[in-house]
Amino acid sequence: MVRVRDVHYRAGPRPIFEGLELDIPRGRITAVMGPSGTGKTTLLRLITGQLLADRGLVEVEGRDVAGMRRAEIYRMRRRMGMLFQNGALLTDLDVYENVAFPLREHTRLPERLLRHVVLAKLQAVGLRGAFRMMPAELSGGMARRVAIARAIVMDPELLIYDEPFVGLDPISLGVVLRLIRRLNDTLGLTSIVVSHDVREISLVADHCYLLSGGRMAAAGPPADLARSESDEVKQFMHGLPDGPVPFHYPAPDYVEQLRQVQ
Amino acid sequence: MRQTRAIELGTGLFVLLGFAALFFLVTQITNREFGLGDGGYRLVASFEQVGGLKPGAPVSMSGVTIGRVEEIEYDFDQYQARVTMRIDSRFDRIPEDSDAGIFTAGLLGGQYIGIGPGSSETFLADGSQMQFTQSAIVLEDLISKFLFSKAAGESAGNAPEGAKK
Amino acid sequence: MLAALTRELLQSLRAALEALGAYSLFAARLFAELPRALLRFDLIVKQMYNAGALSLVIIMLSGLFVGMVLGLQGFDLLERFGSEDSLGTAAALGLLKELGPVVTALLFAGRAGTALASELGLMRATDQLAAMEMMAVDPVRRVVMPRFVGGLLSMPLLAAIFSLIGIFGAQLIGVQLMGVDSGQFWSQMRAAVEFGDVMEGVVKSCVFGVACSLVAVFEGYHSLPTAEGVGRATTRTVVTSSVVVLLLDYMLTAVML
Repeated sequence: MVRVRDVHYRAGPRPIFEGLELDIPRGRITAVMGPSGTGKTTLLRLITGQLLADRGLVEVEGRDVAGMRRAEIYRMRRRMGMLFQNGALLTDLDVYENVAFPLREHTRLPERLLRHVVLAKLQAVGLRGAFRMMPAELSGGMARRVAIARAIVMDPELLIYDEPFVGLDPISLGVVLRLIRRLNDTLGLTSIVVSHDVREISLVADHCYLLSGGRMAAAGPPADLARSESDEVKQFMHGLPDGPVPFHYPAPDYVEQLRQVQ
Repeated sequence: MRQTRAIELGTGLFVLLGFAALFFLVTQITNREFGLGDGGYRLVASFEQVGGLKPGAPVSMSGVTIGRVEEIEYDFDQYQARVTMRIDSRFDRIPEDSDAGIFTAGLLGGQYIGIGPGSSETFLADGSQMQFTQSAIVLEDLISKFLFSKAAGESAGNAPEGAKK
Repeated sequence: MLAALTRELLQSLRAALEALGAYSLFAARLFAELPRALLRFDLIVKQMYNAGALSLVIIMLSGLFVGMVLGLQGFDLLERFGSEDSLGTAAALGLLKELGPVVTALLFAGRAGTALASELGLMRATDQLAAMEMMAVDPVRRVVMPRFVGGLLSMPLLAAIFSLIGIFGAQLIGVQLMGVDSGQFWSQMRAAVEFGDVMEGVVKSCVFGVACSLVAVFEGYHSLPTAEGVGRATTRTVVTSSVVVLLLDYMLTAVML
């Protein structure tokens, strides 16, 4: 579905990716993990065409994203759904209108049909009863579920989750985990989950990538990664405070710095 | 839906109020009267001096507004100002020998054209030129005349006094 | 020392040029979208409600007080020349040509402009704009344009309401309190105020409407996605709009007088 080959990207002077390689297989849940600041969100932006790589190839369904015109990128995005970290619901619309938003913008469905589609999607995330609530009245977990309903309302082929587990209570977490799995299997989607929550990823992902230092540090099913002997992988998977990613931010010698009189 | 309707109502009210205000400003605050528009007929009059007369100023007879000044030009043939007036077609019986003068409404008010009716039995038609005109009074002229006559009067009055001594 | 100063001066000149360029490009984009945006009438109505109808109370109240002050000051000034009968003319011309458009624009920047900028800034900060991009909806078309159009349509209407209420405020003080003759007040005003005077005010407020709305949506849309960024965007909206309005006012007055 998605093919990334030898991608280089730098944000200002800081290199984010140096020769990134990655494949997202169709119909599976692929997780992209990595410590904060390794460019997980940047990767998503490259795939969705919000950013262009400095070098290398990003292909979605066999087409090079960099070579697309604006209208083509928009057409491609209609077949993608994306869930943002905090849901990113439109605050001036209620739940129903939020889910209906892509339909209203892109189609001319009659109101009755539109209502059927929206209510079905809300039913799928278990929030049909909350359709008249405003985003401000929703809990974090509910907002994220509404956002999922909105992401699948156009029946996309690729669903992207950006940090879907952050800041959720255990119950909501369980609900979101189940939803990701169920939607992927029942709707025949391809899912990309970006996260650094090792435990949750292990529960839901079919395949894992671990980003580190601008390239893929490891790839494989979650269970394999947990058993990996590589220092980088071990540190991340087991949450060790010190390792290849040092505990200390690079700094001059402590004693030296104390001695320096301003 | 109820919320949308409240928004529509509020916006409607706002737009109505805005246009009503604009309409009121144009019709009630300014000297423009609609309905006069293109109707009516034109009269032309030449003046030595139009002073502060401006297009849009009223043309009146005995204080009743019968038209507006349409255009003021300078006529190099006569070396005079040429004023075109548009008169409402209701007032179509202005005698041919009527005179037009430029007057000031109050001391500091705007200037207007006053038409004094003549006694002819024939009436002015569209495009006709008025024969008798009285120019605007320019305040500076008035003041200099006044000062001049006062100075003249004083010197005349002083002479006998000096003779007495 | 001198070199450093020159460098700094050149740098800030460059920054100003860049800002002007960014504004122009954004404005060009908005005007290019204008015909399409007018088709989404429902969205514009909603924004006219936000920018116009909700500003009505503050505009009317301010108009009344500005008019009353004009009544007092005008009376005091004109009485010295014995021409207090011209109070209506003075108040109407002052309001229609100057105070109406300018004060309305300043109030608009403070009331509606900041609301627009902070709303757009928050939408940016909470990924709502990015989410629209991802739903293949152009946020400029869907979010920015209706706000821009709603703002620029509201301004002349607000200014007209302001001027009208101001004239009545001046009448209230001049006629009711100071004893100017009511007939003189209105008739002198009617004789002196011309259609062009009203139009001058309308033209001004249309230009200010474009300027204030443009500044508000520009700052909001380009604000940094942080709490501080949104705050700075709203501050800059007020400051930039106010300066631009006063500058444009001078230029327009010079051109139209």
